[in-house]
Amino acid sequence: MTIRLSDEQRDLRDAVRVLADERIAPRAAAIDATGEFPWDVVELLAHHDILALPFPVEHGGLGGDLLSTCLAVEQVSRACATSGLIVAVQSLGSLPLLLAGTPEQQARWFPDLAAGRALAAFALTESEAGSDARAVRTTAHSDGDGWRIDGAKRFISQGNVARVVTVFAVTDPEPEAVRQHRHLTCFVVEQGAPGFSTARIEHKMGIRGSPTAELLFEGVSVPDANRVGEVGEGFAIAMRTLDRSRPGIAAQAVGIAQGALEASARYAANRRQFGRPIGEHQMITAMLADMASRTEAARQLLYAACVEVEAGSPAASRWSAMCKLVAGDTAMAVTTDAVQVFGGYGYITEYPVERMMRDAKITQLYEGTQQIQRLVIGRDVLEHGG
Amino acid sequence: MHIVVLVKAVPIVGNERLLDGQRVDRGSGLEANGNDEYVLETALKLTETHGGDVTLLTMGPAGAAEALRKGLAMGAARAVHVIDDAFGGSCARATAEVLAAALRTLTFDLVFAGADTSDGQGGTLAASIATRLDLPYLSYAGHVEPTADGAGVRIHRLSAVGHDVLEAPMPALVMGTQVLGEPRYPSLRGIMGARSKEIVTRSLADLGIDPSRVGADAATTRVLGVSPPPPRAGATVLRTDPDAAVAATIDFLAARGLV
Repeated sequence: MTIRLSDEQRDLRDAVRVLADERIAPRAAAIDATGEFPWDVVELLAHHDILALPFPVEHGGLGGDLLSTCLAVEQVSRACATSGLIVAVQSLGSLPLLLAGTPEQQARWFPDLAAGRALAAFALTESEAGSDARAVRTTAHSDGDGWRIDGAKRFISQGNVARVVTVFAVTDPEPEAVRQHRHLTCFVVEQGAPGFSTARIEHKMGIRGSPTAELLFEGVSVPDANRVGEVGEGFAIAMRTLDRSRPGIAAQAVGIAQGALEASARYAANRRQFGRPIGEHQMITAMLADMASRTEAARQLLYAACVEVEAGSPAASRWSAMCKLVAGDTAMAVTTDAVQVFGGYGYITEYPVERMMRDAKITQLYEGTQQIQRLVIGRDVLEHGG
Repeated sequence: MHIVVLVKAVPIVGNERLLDGQRVDRGSGLEANGNDEYVLETALKLTETHGGDVTLLTMGPAGAAEALRKGLAMGAARAVHVIDDAFGGSCARATAEVLAAALRTLTFDLVFAGADTSDGQGGTLAASIATRLDLPYLSYAGHVEPTADGAGVRIHRLSAVGHDVLEAPMPALVMGTQVLGEPRYPSLRGIMGARSKEIVTRSLADLGIDPSRVGADAATTRVLGVSPPPPRAGATVLRTDPDAAVAATIDFLAARGLV
């Protein structure tokens, strides 16, 4: 299988690239320095319909496929990882509704999400349930016509700024249900619901403009109309969501790597030591070559994974995990090398590569650590003999 | 208002290549002619304000579809692509004849055209087409609007002291340049909406054109040679004191009849 972007995908990629270079790149350093959530970037992305990409046309979306969304995430992340994450999380938080929502639920929430009037967030992780997603302890008890949700979620990207939060809670604690992965159900909780609050925002190494929230649910009442999918279908919905959202993080990682590569190439062409541009000294040339090759390899795997996942491949989980694994490790390696190319200047905040290196690290951690990706892939390798 | 915008796909500016050292290579790497994008933007703004839609019309090889796609992404409703192997090497006269024939198959209130193209720079096509179709010709428009009664079109043309105002009944042909204002970037919605818009192709036979009227053999002009401009000769640099430099400059200009 070969990947060639369609004319439309190329045009889309180029249009987002221009926007990212002209309007988002100038904001990246300040967003990182102040740690402020960039509402102006949200508005820009909304105005240019970038947030509308994954949503159906009938609800004001662009009906874009997974590759189209990832092309946009990649181009924005090249300029600013926090901003790229806004695009990725809008998709992530909405995926349970895209995959399992009823027509009424989609009609209720998609118009605002597609228009960027509301942001989405995905609330699965808890303090004691990170890699072990099965160990979720937030509960949802049947309460008259609806449900009552009690518990806490941790490390939820944009959890405090999202209006629409897809929350995963235990509806059947019986060991048999847990064993069969039928113990969780997905619900939409809207910002402002009584009992739903933000306990804290984390201070982080990177993606500092993206608020990472601890969310509290103290007797939060939701109607049954807010239940997404069947009772007990929550874990399956979460796993299907991750198959489609991991490529989004891979796209962020590829974008970060590309941004670091371009910054390094420009620097190496201009910085002169020993009478010539440092890019001509072979150890630097070699680093740039490795950075470029690894980034391109990660990009091609990402694009192939998008096509496979979109086509409903039975190996979707493996493709998704592979592209995220390779892209995350690539971003970390390329940004580390970028700081090296810049030398001492790479270590100071006046130059962008130290921020890119700090930003890259998260791509090895969230949406499944690299170790979890390896478990998913390794299991599949053993099952299929390769 | 139904507006047909003439678009030419030209080699990407700065990337022009020549075949046989004479003919422009249109095999690939084409983009919409600059002036055409400016008049397209004006057409889109007019139909957004006053209703109606925009049709793109191009005569060109397969690679011209790229320029059409961008125009559709900017907001044009449909495109007509006149394409035929027989057209290759056509001169300006033949091009005008073909485009006029295509326009006769379309309904329009206005035809918009750019002043000239970045590759040919002949600048005769718009006037030529207007003459063939017996349309009022309003050239070098810096601003375009419908007349109050909606039956005519009014343009402003920049002059040395301000601007002239010209009016004509529709249908009419308006020609313009970048003075009209920056074209929009295609929106994502536009890019992804373009795929569902119609591009109709028309051949020589579809338009009922006699093959002997088009192509290299029928050309009424012939390129004798193409060469890059000669390298600049050295300039005269004056490094004397200001009074002497002023005197030398005046002598230089006077010797060339410039003062």
